[in-house]
Amino acid sequence: MAEFKPKIVVFACNWCTYAALDLAGTSRMKYPANFRVIKVMCSGRVDPQFVLEAFKQGADGVIVAGCHPGDCHYVNGNMKTLRRMTMLKKMLEEMGIEKERFRLEWISAAEATKWVQVANEMVEQVKALGPLKPRLEVKE
Amino acid sequence: MSEKPKIALYWCASCGGCEEAVLDLAEKVLDLVNAVDIVFWPVAVDFKIEDVEKLPDKSITASLINGGIRLTEHEKVVKLLRQKSQYVIAYGACSAWGGIPGLANLYKREELLSRAYFEVPTVVNEEKVLPRTYKDEELGIEVEVPEVLPRLLPLDRVIEVDYYVPGCPPTPDVTWNAIQALLSGNLPPKGSVIGASSKALCDECPLNETKPDKLLIKEFKRITEFTPDPEKCLLAQGLPCLGPVTRGGCGALCIKANMPCTGCFGMLDNVSDYGAKALSFLASILDVEDEKEVERQVKEKIADLVGRLYRYTLPSSKLGGKVFKR
Repeated sequence: MAEFKPKIVVFACNWCTYAALDLAGTSRMKYPANFRVIKVMCSGRVDPQFVLEAFKQGADGVIVAGCHPGDCHYVNGNMKTLRRMTMLKKMLEEMGIEKERFRLEWISAAEATKWVQVANEMVEQVKALGPLKPRLEVKE
Repeated sequence: MSEKPKIALYWCASCGGCEEAVLDLAEKVLDLVNAVDIVFWPVAVDFKIEDVEKLPDKSITASLINGGIRLTEHEKVVKLLRQKSQYVIAYGACSAWGGIPGLANLYKREELLSRAYFEVPTVVNEEKVLPRTYKDEELGIEVEVPEVLPRLLPLDRVIEVDYYVPGCPPTPDVTWNAIQALLSGNLPPKGSVIGASSKALCDECPLNETKPDKLLIKEFKRITEFTPDPEKCLLAQGLPCLGPVTRGGCGALCIKANMPCTGCFGMLDNVSDYGAKALSFLASILDVEDEKEVERQVKEKIADLVGRLYRYTLPSSKLGGKVFKR
């Protein structure tokens, strides 16, 4: 059987995490190629519906990442993210989606190494769980 | 020969409340009966499936179908009604999004059957009999029992639905508005909600004036903890009322009875997943900056997160129900 290559969607805020991803690229750091990155102006823009839609459309894992608490470009957008995603984690768990498939991370523009570390960990843990998509299809 | 519009009513997996809701029209029921011919209504009128089969295609003006699709029989009948009707209306929360019976999608079919037929304390079933088609020797006939589908589905996952009438059940006003819209032919684009408001419940809530401009609460409260002040916005008192994310049209009935909105009129236009939207809203008004405290409040104050936020809409949600291990 072919090796399972998880698809992982990343919602990255424009001001911190996306810049960190850029820095990782320009610094020629290596990380797995499993990520589909979606830039949002603020992690507070990420509606929980987006995360569910990503899973529905075949993502095996989702990362929401933004500025560290206190560093939000929009003062407190990421505090809303913190509350939303904490509640969403609980909801996903109740819906049978393992908590390892969903991650909230604070990654500043300077923390390219942190991103690489998160990326490696995430791929490992999602690989261990296997694909999600086939489990969403209930035979009619 | 009368040329009145023909109406059919049918129920699938529902409690019967939507059938009662039609009768709740009170004396207007007589106006309805004067205006239309009811050609099929298993609860109230003695027509059979064969009678519907004999009708020409598209000859029924509208079929109002309530309840979610749980059995193969539901599937069969709604497909027939679709073929015979110009308009199909998903009437009530169960038909539109799955409703309360849709919470069964948190369990596997086998678990549900086992619970209902073997484990419930009031059931004695030593031979472990499950409903099934069998041959009755005495009568010499095959007794057909419809099969339970793996999941409960909203009506629009099985057939095309023209309009939705929300509510658990739809109130008499909403029902009457919807029927009038249908009979007058003054209809919005296909796929719309008819009979209800296009604005959130807060818009018509009598307590809206007491809702603070900036709504932030330190701690959610449960309705069992205190008696809310009936003159003050329930959200401002800490109750997780779902009015801001729920369609209006009910006349704020629950709030007038001092109970927070549970969301039975479903999502507003442009929202596809009610529970996720409700979660997003509750998270945004909670004035807490500590992850552990959020977790504690969810556990202690909201308790049943999926049951609370997807109470009427689980089968129509993006995941459709619990995701099981293979």
